[in-house]
Amino acid sequence: MSMSMSMSMGDGGREKIRVGVIGASGYVGGELLRLLVTHPRVELAMVTSRQYAGEYVHRIHPGLRGFTEITFSPLDIDKLSSNCDLVFTAVPHGKAVEIVKRLYDTGVRVIDLSADYRIKDPEAYKYYYGWSHPYPDLLSKSVYGIPELHRDEIRNARLVSCPGCMAVTSLLALAPLAKHDLIDLDHIVVDSKIGSSGAGGKPSSGTHHAMRYGVVRPYKPVKHRHTAEIEQEMSIIAGRRVSVSMTPHAVNIVRGILCTNHAFLKRSTTIQELWRAYRGMYRNEPFVRLIRDTKGLYKYPDPKFVVGSNFCDVGFDIDERNNRVVALSASDNLMKGAAGSAVQCMNVMYGFNEAEGLLITPLTPV
Amino acid sequence: MVKVRCPECDKDLNIPDDAVDGEIVTCPDCGANYEVTHMDGKITLKPAESVGEDWGE
Repeated sequence: MSMSMSMSMGDGGREKIRVGVIGASGYVGGELLRLLVTHPRVELAMVTSRQYAGEYVHRIHPGLRGFTEITFSPLDIDKLSSNCDLVFTAVPHGKAVEIVKRLYDTGVRVIDLSADYRIKDPEAYKYYYGWSHPYPDLLSKSVYGIPELHRDEIRNARLVSCPGCMAVTSLLALAPLAKHDLIDLDHIVVDSKIGSSGAGGKPSSGTHHAMRYGVVRPYKPVKHRHTAEIEQEMSIIAGRRVSVSMTPHAVNIVRGILCTNHAFLKRSTTIQELWRAYRGMYRNEPFVRLIRDTKGLYKYPDPKFVVGSNFCDVGFDIDERNNRVVALSASDNLMKGAAGSAVQCMNVMYGFNEAEGLLITPLTPV
Repeated sequence: MVKVRCPECDKDLNIPDDAVDGEIVTCPDCGANYEVTHMDGKITLKPAESVGEDWGE
């Protein structure tokens, strides 16, 4: 069992945990490595890639040159579990399901960045992913990795499943509205825009530069997979079944998500009430910034101003004529939408400062 | 500094101890402008007049 840390001492005598990353050659894996190589409480013990085994990681992730001399290893569950306190799995959906189960059975703690353990209802895997989940029992043990919603459960979790990038972005904007019983829970519409890195590192004809550049492409107008997660979490918050309709669009940025979430108010609500609802939920959250400014360029959330950071910026407005609330949220899909959330969960799991290694000011301009 | 909640967005504002009546403070989050007033030894904020921005055509 690796619930306790196999301590080594870092700078300043602070204890470090030994961490492994499976599937470290992809975009999410690379982003995880970017955060982990400088994290003061982490010793990078093992990183795996079938394709690049034996190669220095900076050959695949050039930005890491000079930060680590670690090389990719082939996948070896026994080695990972004996050498690591915690293993991140950053392999594609459907590939993680067996790897995570095997890791979990060794007793090592796991943070999975795929979708394979996010949804509690096994039937949803058939509907949204087209396969039957082989380990429904493990779904119930997995903790959904949004610290803003599940901090206490994450603290002692052996398996954390990080949320989908658009799901977490949308949820952080919608959660206060459900928590304060402000909206009609049967008619919520999530309109999402996402950059090209959200499609991962595996090329397809649609990701080729000539086809991807300049697009505003609705790529899954209905039945997008993240819908299941948003409904699941909103239903937990609301204490009843919540219905969400979602349409994502591929847009001409590399990193970033903007979710424009539409809902209808149950009663007349003022902007001040909304401020109090959002403040009530996020006042002490290190990675949620509330953006509804009457001054300056940045009046509402915009992914341009969160790139490289773990922030999810959240804002809102009210359309009084139609009793509609527009809840806006922006994040970096590789950070708060993936690797940043994963490291935030790690910090919670090990009792580190939750912002350790993550307080990065956004890169501007990009 | 004296902490006073922004009446608009509920943010904790830091008002200088030596703020005088009529001094304008702006909330860093929502951008609302307030005029500082002292009442019964306490600082209170009242909305300050400002010129609205009109982007319409």
